[in-house]
Amino acid sequence: MDAAYFIHRLHFGFLITFHYLFPQLTMGLAPLIVVLKTMALRTGNEQYNHAARFWMKIFGINFVLGVVTGIPMEFQFGTNWSRFSRATGGVIGQPLVMEGVFSFFLESAFLGLFLFGEKRLSRVAHWWAGCLVFVGSWLSGFFIITTDAWMQHPVAYTRLPDGSFQVNSFMGLLLNPWAQLQYAHNMSGAVVTGAFVMSAVGAFYLLNRRSEEYGRIFLRVGVIAGFLCSVAQVFPTGDLHGRYLAKHQPVTTAAMEGLFRSEKGAPMVLMGQPDVEKQRIDNPLVVNKVLSFLIYGTTEAEVKGLNEFPREDWPTNIPLLYFAYHIMAGLGTLFIAVMTLALLLLWRRKLYTTRWLLWVIMLCLPFPYIANTAGWLTAEVGRQPWLVYGLMRTNVGYSANVSAGNGLFTLLGFMGLYTVLAIFFLFLVHREIAHGPGIRPNVEPQPITVAGD
Amino acid sequence: MATVWFVLVAFMLAAYVVLDGFDLGAGILHLFIARTNEERRMVLRAIGPVWDGNEVWLIAGGGTIFFAFPLLYASSFSGFYLPLNMVLWLLILRGIGIEFRMHLDNDVWRDFFDGLFSIGSLLLTIFFGAALGNVIRGVPFQPDHSFFEPLWTNFRPGADAGVLDWYTVLAGAVALIALTVHGANYLALKTEGDLARRSRAAARSLWPLLAALTVASCIATLLVRPQVTTNYTSHPVGFLIPVLVAASLIIMFLAHRTANDRRAFLSSCAYLAFMLVGAAFALYPSVLPSGNPAVDDLTIYNTAAGSYSLTYGVIWWSVGIAIAIGYFVLVYRMFRGKVSLQSGEHGY
Repeated sequence: MDAAYFIHRLHFGFLITFHYLFPQLTMGLAPLIVVLKTMALRTGNEQYNHAARFWMKIFGINFVLGVVTGIPMEFQFGTNWSRFSRATGGVIGQPLVMEGVFSFFLESAFLGLFLFGEKRLSRVAHWWAGCLVFVGSWLSGFFIITTDAWMQHPVAYTRLPDGSFQVNSFMGLLLNPWAQLQYAHNMSGAVVTGAFVMSAVGAFYLLNRRSEEYGRIFLRVGVIAGFLCSVAQVFPTGDLHGRYLAKHQPVTTAAMEGLFRSEKGAPMVLMGQPDVEKQRIDNPLVVNKVLSFLIYGTTEAEVKGLNEFPREDWPTNIPLLYFAYHIMAGLGTLFIAVMTLALLLLWRRKLYTTRWLLWVIMLCLPFPYIANTAGWLTAEVGRQPWLVYGLMRTNVGYSANVSAGNGLFTLLGFMGLYTVLAIFFLFLVHREIAHGPGIRPNVEPQPITVAGD
Repeated sequence: MATVWFVLVAFMLAAYVVLDGFDLGAGILHLFIARTNEERRMVLRAIGPVWDGNEVWLIAGGGTIFFAFPLLYASSFSGFYLPLNMVLWLLILRGIGIEFRMHLDNDVWRDFFDGLFSIGSLLLTIFFGAALGNVIRGVPFQPDHSFFEPLWTNFRPGADAGVLDWYTVLAGAVALIALTVHGANYLALKTEGDLARRSRAAARSLWPLLAALTVASCIATLLVRPQVTTNYTSHPVGFLIPVLVAASLIIMFLAHRTANDRRAFLSSCAYLAFMLVGAAFALYPSVLPSGNPAVDDLTIYNTAAGSYSLTYGVIWWSVGIAIAIGYFVLVYRMFRGKVSLQSGEHGY
């Protein structure tokens, strides 16, 4: 691989992977905070407001990092992938501007009111501000998914003689069926992250025997949301998305599943290491006929293997794709198991005292981040070797005028800067969790912020 | 239709400069005129609820270039690769400088983030000015309209110019002083006491420098790129623009004499807007002039996207921006008047 090509891929991959650690929590927490605010409004119980305020602080820190790491994404299309931008700007530029115009303005206007304006707004107005921040963050997700979905499954375009793409149906672009499936799957995945983070912090408080009244609220909201969305990740969203993928990117499905040769009644590989040279799975643990059933609904259907496709159309990094997909699916299964058990105990009123399960919930904290990252890796590594599926290859899209050395210079700069950001993030979030929700009597009031109302 | 989008992009970028300009300017002054923790909190409170929204104009403006003029976006963003990435680093550092400072009640922590905020604002302003200088001067295109500018070469605006040469550095200086004055006018309007007094003094004492740099930059532009007069001579109505720039400066001067903060701030808004209108008027229909005589300029005609998306775009874009302006009116109304530290709210 050309050195500059490799650096530009790594550049985009690193920046977007780091960036998406933050929006997934923003989008996942936003609806849960609205739930807490709604419960506060309906019950009049001030504890729910304290609980909401606690999560708003973490949301605020997280949001800042989402914003500052998101700005480079909008620029990178032009800086590192200029030939791609030149060809496709007439199509994907559209959802990207719509994100700015319809969601960033909305979020920036109401986030400040939501985070800092509670005293100035009425209770209902503050609830509305929270809802609008939620809507803004979910709209933002929609436009980004629309952009990615067009690259995965191009629709509503015409191609000009110079090779560039133009939209020919505005609604066609926004209503891309791929985007709807991907959006449902992705947003549900974001809520899984939000729910696990909330539950894990709740479990941490109960295990520590402190802020227990809040720990119980966090667990109740987190476990219910986590159960619903963990199940929705597999059925219906994952199931539908997987079938659509098998229909439109069969070579990707074959590589994800490690299916080198076509088979009737194809097995599903649960574990094993793909050996692309020898075209086989080492140490396989398989369940017979399940893959055919999952894709076609019958155990005898033939699933196409990699051997049916020309080698130059195979995803460029099959082991990475295979592992990303298996990690995502494996963790998804774990989430359902943990959340089902937790919900059962919550219903039997035993969850708050079952310490071993609280430990499990707490230790699950990093897994939704890993699963969401692995899911995106599956989608994007699976799209290779194409930038625009079937139409434009990745190796003709990067900025040929930006040398590998210049690309590496900025990549290293971002790596250093993002390391610092990660340290600040962990430090500040740790402080909020250590401080805990509610009013702490041992904190002296700041002399400046004496209440004036 | 391409002309419509040229105007819309120019509008967005002008909105960005006028709006984010005052919070960048406030950032530049932050270390110098706000001395105590209380004063620095006042500066941050004066921009806190709006700076993020102001910055969205840059994101939306960049996105609009991507959408309406894909070739311009691809060529300029990759050609200005190094300075743009540095702008991104500065935007990141400045953003956390504003937002993380309040989290810890500790002087070292606060001083660190004050420094990030202020130095980030200062360097960003110079970079943005230099960027505009590059766009007016022209860039060394290859035949396929790609280019790659090093940060500097010999500091001369010739065939192998870098991002920084004497002309673009001058443009950076104009931007630095203009936005500092703009920020000072804003802080004078939004704050009280010593802070407001020092802001007024800063704006007043920088005014002669701003006037001198404005004249110098106009002369330098005529030397570096004589073609900028073409549109003015063919459409003499354009000569109104420099007149309006001068009028804005004079009104600002008088407003400083009478300590009319609102008028001073509005006149610096007008000054920035008319300077940019003047530049856009001189460029049109070019969007990125060529410094290489063998290659044509990038114009709105050879960079525009297809007419279907541009036509539909006008519809949803207008709706979206109308709503966005509605948010801005709402936020600025809720936030009108002088800032105080006595509100008992969280934050900054």
